[in-house]
Amino acid sequence: MTTTAAPTASTSTAGTPAVEIHDLRKSFGTVQALDGLDLTVSHGQVAGFLGPNGAGKSTTIRVLLGLLRSDSGSARLLGGDPWRDAVALHRRLAYVPGDVSLWPNLTGGEAIDYLARLRGRPDKRRKAELLERFELDPTKKARTYSKGNRQKVALVAALVTPVDLLVLDEPTSGLDPLMEAVFTELVREAKAAGTSVLLSSHILSEVEKVCDTVTIIRGGRAVESGTLDDLRHLTRSSVTAVVDGDPSAIATMAGVHDLATSANGAGTRVTFDVDNAEMARVLPAISALGVHAFTAQPPSLEELFMRHYGDELAADGVPTDGQDGAGRHAANSTAGAR
Amino acid sequence: MSAVTAAPPLASAPARSGGTTLTGTWSLVRFILRRDRVRLLVWSLGIPLLYLGSLPEYTTMLDDPEGRAVRAALVSSPAMVAMTGPGYGTDDYSVGPALANELTLWVVLALAVMSILQVVRHTRAEEESSRSELVRAAAVGRHAAVVAALFVVLVANAVIAVLSAAVLAANDLDVTDALGMTVGIAVAALTYGAVALVAAQVTEHSRGATGLSMAVLGATFTVGTIGNMQELGGTWLSWLSPIGWAQQMRAFVDLRWWPAGIGVVAIVVLLLVASSLASRRDFGAGLVPDRPGRADALDSLRSPGALAWVQQRMALLWTALGLGIMWLAMGTVASQVPELTKTLQDNPVYASVLGEGDPVGGFLRIIVLYAALGAAVYGIVAMLRAKAEEDAGRAEYVLATPVARGRWFGATLGISSAATAVVLVVGVAAGAAGAVFTGLSDPSFGTILGAGLLYLPALAVFVGFAAVVYAWAPRAASVSWVLLEWSIVVALFAGLFHIPEWAQKISPFWWVPDPLTGDVDWVHVGGLCAVAAVLVVLAFAGFRRRDVATK
Repeated sequence: MTTTAAPTASTSTAGTPAVEIHDLRKSFGTVQALDGLDLTVSHGQVAGFLGPNGAGKSTTIRVLLGLLRSDSGSARLLGGDPWRDAVALHRRLAYVPGDVSLWPNLTGGEAIDYLARLRGRPDKRRKAELLERFELDPTKKARTYSKGNRQKVALVAALVTPVDLLVLDEPTSGLDPLMEAVFTELVREAKAAGTSVLLSSHILSEVEKVCDTVTIIRGGRAVESGTLDDLRHLTRSSVTAVVDGDPSAIATMAGVHDLATSANGAGTRVTFDVDNAEMARVLPAISALGVHAFTAQPPSLEELFMRHYGDELAADGVPTDGQDGAGRHAANSTAGAR
Repeated sequence: MSAVTAAPPLASAPARSGGTTLTGTWSLVRFILRRDRVRLLVWSLGIPLLYLGSLPEYTTMLDDPEGRAVRAALVSSPAMVAMTGPGYGTDDYSVGPALANELTLWVVLALAVMSILQVVRHTRAEEESSRSELVRAAAVGRHAAVVAALFVVLVANAVIAVLSAAVLAANDLDVTDALGMTVGIAVAALTYGAVALVAAQVTEHSRGATGLSMAVLGATFTVGTIGNMQELGGTWLSWLSPIGWAQQMRAFVDLRWWPAGIGVVAIVVLLLVASSLASRRDFGAGLVPDRPGRADALDSLRSPGALAWVQQRMALLWTALGLGIMWLAMGTVASQVPELTKTLQDNPVYASVLGEGDPVGGFLRIIVLYAALGAAVYGIVAMLRAKAEEDAGRAEYVLATPVARGRWFGATLGISSAATAVVLVVGVAAGAAGAVFTGLSDPSFGTILGAGLLYLPALAVFVGFAAVVYAWAPRAASVSWVLLEWSIVVALFAGLFHIPEWAQKISPFWWVPDPLTGDVDWVHVGGLCAVAAVLVVLAFAGFRRRDVATK
């Protein structure tokens, strides 16, 4: 609450991580919302924060915003203490909640101005530009806005003044695909301007598009984190090929999973997943069979994600053919739902 | 209501082709009963218990002819008429007539508030929260929600009437008269429920619907009270109020049933109006559509205080205006008080009861007290808006900007306190103006206004108490009302219930000096100020340290 301990703007540009969380814990009564969470957002990076509803994403963000007091562990935001230095830190960040609630009798334009003025001096031209890009009518009373439009109001209010850090909690919920594209573009622009971004989401394609690093959270702790490339390296690619020979020997190779074959005119069509680390040994083996066609796809974020949550879906009765198959099934159903 | 009970349950409705606009009513009724079982149970038992609690007091007090004469003389003074009824049965004031004359007003007011809140809660508030969109999308008719809400209120009032009559009959009072009294009360309360039903169609927000219904309750209360004061048994003004219809049943004196018929007719008419309005408008919309507003905020909207003001100003305007008109009307009666009491003054019993007491001062004191009660209600409602902001997630949103906790909290507290003071001053000034315009010269306008201003520290205590409860235990925010409820009981019934003095002292109003009938003790005024200050400091400390609720 005091401004004396406020870090100055220059300290953040020296490469201090925008967000640095270590072993953070927070419980509500008997519910352990955060259970030793670690999370880092490097300066100038876009960090994805992935997890299903109830994993602890919003709780983490509320701790970072000084709205909740953590039970133990450390959290630093732009080099300051999120609870003690809240006001000074909030001058340098903008927040978009996942479920935006606006003042019913203010128009969207008024709400944008109010929120932006609390933070600084909003630029009229920037506001007009953002309104146009989001195709938002600012003269409507907030109570008549749909969820997507309320979300747009929050996004415009957050982006209308330049900040060091954007904290976005499922910011695109309710937006149509066109507006999601506008959002993606704006996040990239913000990154180019040197803004760090913490993007919490359960929409994997969105994270895949804009994020440099990803942290997957489950049950209040990070289960996987790193750059997308790092994560992909640890995992599998899916391979489809049409070959002359008998591919059954490949099925027994280390690192090959879920091999399936079917007759395909010229030869045999074979599909399987292979651990990326084993790729170098599998490729010669398959090329020895006489390859007519070959495609290999990197794992999608969906598959990474489902590897951590697949067992939960299985427990919930989603039909799976074992741990490995869980990812594909659930990934399909996620894609279908969107 | 037979059409309602015959409506098919929700589950079987899709099996039929079509259905009516009342399809699904019965399911909704059961759903409401399930959601509100605690709340309705408290009301259903609370009112009969009120009768049960007051009966021994009345029996003791009115045991002998002298006691009856004293009480009858007391309730005939204009100040007391403003707090009781038209005075039927004061010639032989036994327990029955006393209950009907003195309690009808308060039981109707309590049940009217219950009915209004209950109706708005299950119509407009549901629609506003879009919960009922889910329900309406199911096989539920257009009018089902409205009918179900009113039906539950009807059942609740009927149950309360029967239980209350049973309590009275068990205490040796005539069963028919007891039923006459309690049914009259139930019909009056239900009339206000039907008013709320219409209000819920006209306004777009539950707050507006509640406010409009409460305004009707306040206006009819004022008009009816003025009628009751003008002469024994009331004048035509008394008949403009549903409360008056209940009082005009003359239970325990010369019971007649037809005034309840007026209420039944009024309820049917209001239902038809509500139903036709409901068919005319879109779901979620009010009758008055929204116009486009400004694309850019005014330059002044740049702080939480400015926003709190924008949020509250319309409510303040209407509250101050509505209450102001009520107290203005009450004030105009003050100059007639000496004339009204002339006949009473000759009555030796009356003189012995009131002694040298100044009837005009006593009456003005009641107006000032009412104005202060109105301001206290406004203050608590305004302060608890902070909780609504927090529950909706808007507090979190603003606190994520460079706005300190204390600044956000202080904005609501400051604006609410100032607005409360405005409601008090406008109310007291209106009452005093009414008195002065109609020829009252003693006490002067300034004296009456001064008596009102002395309530400011007590009001600060109420608002401060609400702030503390909200800051430390937001989930228990409704506890804020307990202090005010107790203060109302003390102010109105302390003598009747023989409340011990230490318990009376819990009420902040107990400490407010009254320059109209006595001297001003500045120590008490200072004490109230100190308590208010401590509460405010505590509230800030609490809000600074707690988690902001995550919905």
